[in-house]
Amino acid sequence: MTTKTLNASAAGLGFLPAVFAIVLGLGVVTLTGHVQAAALHDAAHDVRHATGFPCH
Amino acid sequence: MTPHMMCVTQLASPATKQMYSRILTSALFAGAAAGLIAALLQLVFVQPVLLHAELYETGELVHFGGAAVSAHPELPGFDLMRDSLSIVFTMLTYTGYALVMVALMSVAEGRGAEINARTGLIWGLAGFITFHFAPGLTLAPEVPGVAAADVADRQIWWTATVAAAGVAMWLIAFGSNKISYLIAAVLLLVPHLIGAPEPDSFSGPVPTEIGALFAARAFGVGMAAWVLVGSFAGYFWQAEGERTEASA
Repeated sequence: MTTKTLNASAAGLGFLPAVFAIVLGLGVVTLTGHVQAAALHDAAHDVRHATGFPCH
Repeated sequence: MTPHMMCVTQLASPATKQMYSRILTSALFAGAAAGLIAALLQLVFVQPVLLHAELYETGELVHFGGAAVSAHPELPGFDLMRDSLSIVFTMLTYTGYALVMVALMSVAEGRGAEINARTGLIWGLAGFITFHFAPGLTLAPEVPGVAAADVADRQIWWTATVAAAGVAMWLIAFGSNKISYLIAAVLLLVPHLIGAPEPDSFSGPVPTEIGALFAARAFGVGMAAWVLVGSFAGYFWQAEGERTEASA
């Protein structure tokens, strides 16, 4: 039982960095690709078109 | 039991820190490098098509209804501000992609998958299908001036399609039975059977030749960039792992 508990907590900790990186990555992509704030949209305009994001 | 738990906390903490550092470092290097190449490819192959389309979008050139228009107009050249911003945002975008990819690579390696520059090529192709080709198959790459449905509706469809395709790619790569392939096929097909939000009428002023070239170039450059980001991610993931082991 002790071993099980140890494995479970180790696995739980092991996934945290991956989850953090995925959230951070999707956050960055949302910012560059989707947020419609005028300044962001204008700055990222050409990239959004070229990278296949819905733009206007 | 308590000493054991303490032992775990002490052991897991540096290991977890190492994992954060390995994922973030690999993703930053891979994303920045592939993003820079993607930006340059876009500036050479996509931007001229986009600028050409904008001449029609603004009405400077008119398709039909007048004298024939040259297919080779004078295009504005390199615009320092505009194109520098494009380079920065492309690097950011691909770094975002790389963060997601390297995180998933770390999970896959934990389950026994081999991660290196060579297998990274397939990861890149799967990423291209997930983030670019799957949504683009029905929500085709938009040349400036194209008629389109409400942007929020399209973003919802885009996000759902990317999520479905991402799960499908994982099931195809790591699914262990026929049911998982079947679910993957359904996830890939359904968004396109439902269909993306469409405009009420077509009002695009840009010649179809430019629109088609734009879509082809966007997909081509996208695929090249994604394959590079995958391969770089695999390379840096392995290199960072060896470096951490050597210093441990």
